[in-house]
Amino acid sequence: MRFLRSDHVTGWLLVLPATLVLLVFGLIPIGWSAVLSFQHNDLLSPPHWVGAANYQALRHDPVFRKSIHNTVVYTVLFVPISIAAALGVAVALNTRIRGISVYRTAVFVPVAVSTVATAIIFNWVFDPTYGIANWLLNELGISSQGFFQDPDQALYSIVAMTVWGWIGFDVIIYLAALQGIPQELLEAAAIDGAGRWATFRSVVLPLLSPATLFLVVWSTINALQLFDEIYNTTRGGPLQSTTVVVYYLWQQAFQFFQAGYGAAIAEVLLVAILVVTLLQFLVSRRAVHYTS
Amino acid sequence: MRFSWPSPRHLFLAPLALIMAAPLIWMAITSIETPDQARQFPPVLIPHGIDWHNYTRAVDSAPFGAWYMNSIIVSLVVVVSNLVLCSLAAYAFARVRFFGSNVLFIALLATLMVPFQVILIPTFLIVRHMGLIDNVAALIFPNLVNAFGIFMLRQFFRTLPIELEEAARIDGCSRVGVLTKIVLPLSVPALSTLALIMLLWTWNDFLWPLVAINTEKHMTLQVGLSTFQGQHQTQWTVLMAGNVLALLPLVVAFLLTQRSFVRSIAASGVKG
Repeated sequence: MRFLRSDHVTGWLLVLPATLVLLVFGLIPIGWSAVLSFQHNDLLSPPHWVGAANYQALRHDPVFRKSIHNTVVYTVLFVPISIAAALGVAVALNTRIRGISVYRTAVFVPVAVSTVATAIIFNWVFDPTYGIANWLLNELGISSQGFFQDPDQALYSIVAMTVWGWIGFDVIIYLAALQGIPQELLEAAAIDGAGRWATFRSVVLPLLSPATLFLVVWSTINALQLFDEIYNTTRGGPLQSTTVVVYYLWQQAFQFFQAGYGAAIAEVLLVAILVVTLLQFLVSRRAVHYTS
Repeated sequence: MRFSWPSPRHLFLAPLALIMAAPLIWMAITSIETPDQARQFPPVLIPHGIDWHNYTRAVDSAPFGAWYMNSIIVSLVVVVSNLVLCSLAAYAFARVRFFGSNVLFIALLATLMVPFQVILIPTFLIVRHMGLIDNVAALIFPNLVNAFGIFMLRQFFRTLPIELEEAARIDGCSRVGVLTKIVLPLSVPALSTLALIMLLWTWNDFLWPLVAINTEKHMTLQVGLSTFQGQHQTQWTVLMAGNVLALLPLVVAFLLTQRSFVRSIAASGVKG
């Protein structure tokens, strides 16, 4: 009877519900996804093994290549632009001037707006005929653009839209980090004769590096998983100029019913995310400074 | 009194705030315009009079009420279940020494390394096997627990003074008693952060509800809104009215609780 009251039983009873849920909806799907990628599965008839055929087909699939290209271009633009812009905005907002709370609210509000709502708003903002984006460009003396409807601009328009949607989150993280910098350090730098720019470069930026690392890793993972904003604006078009990896995965599995093929795409995505994240952490060991 | 010039930062911040707010303001303006006003270029930035018809047309043409209810039910159950189940597991991992706890903890954390998009297809197959496709329960079961919540609460519980808990144990209090009477009351900040994050994630989730739900009246607000857009393409005034209806609750909640909202996000660093 003593055994029944021991910590082993108590511990397992406490973790049991959570473990069951994460087993069924976390760990089993991870393994199953790998198994699926070696099968033909149309979501209806019984699946059968096809070996590495899905992966071989992926290698020669021009749309898959295009989707990788689009995802890489999107990520390479979105991550640095959103983080650099957020840093600038956070530094500007880190002050107590009149009206600062209004400015902060304006920057933060999109955090509470869903990806779907953001997409619908920007379909209208970027409307080639009646949208305010073209009105603003015309006022500045620039001719009207096609935005989402122009194959050469659609992906960049997606970048602009998602930067609007995400920058508030990045700014919140940076503002918290900026407010955590001890005032004495900045005063010491000033006493040593460091100018504003030198202080920013040599004191502030290194102290922000943990926040920067977090934002780089988090933004990259999210950029590689882009789906909602594509589904609700361009649906991968025009001319597949915005077909990203997860959109193609969804199309294969739930539009074309090629679930095995979709799972192979998912496995490639998983490996890519793990490798990129690992690389970022390796690079960061040299570049990130932690205060004790 | 010395006259002080306004900070030069206004020259940067004012246009920035305008650009950030413009899409939302224009959405609100369009939602009260007549279709003819919305179909003009240059656009009508200040409408003459307010036309509420877009809102009545939006509500009449789509089951916004059902979408709201589904989103509220799913979010509520998911938030409460995460608070309860993550607390139980996190407390065990923080304070109870039991066989296999380290291996189990790492295995559960591994689920955080794999994004949902990667396990979308097998999750669909599992939920379909349970007969839950096109059922609101399909949106609840896979999200009852998030390993992130277990990890976050475990870290927090470990910062609490253990002496209190030991004293209670010596006085004959059970493990669950210690958790509910001592640990949880001290953990309100961490619990409210977790609740807010799970609410944002669940309320704004799109890909899974898109795949798991087919019937219009079983949809959540996000998927409903997406199909609403499909049915009202280029009817911008109605579309913007529907969009206002859909995003209003979270934006208002944000404006009312901005301080704690921002603090929670900064503490956890997560947006869905």
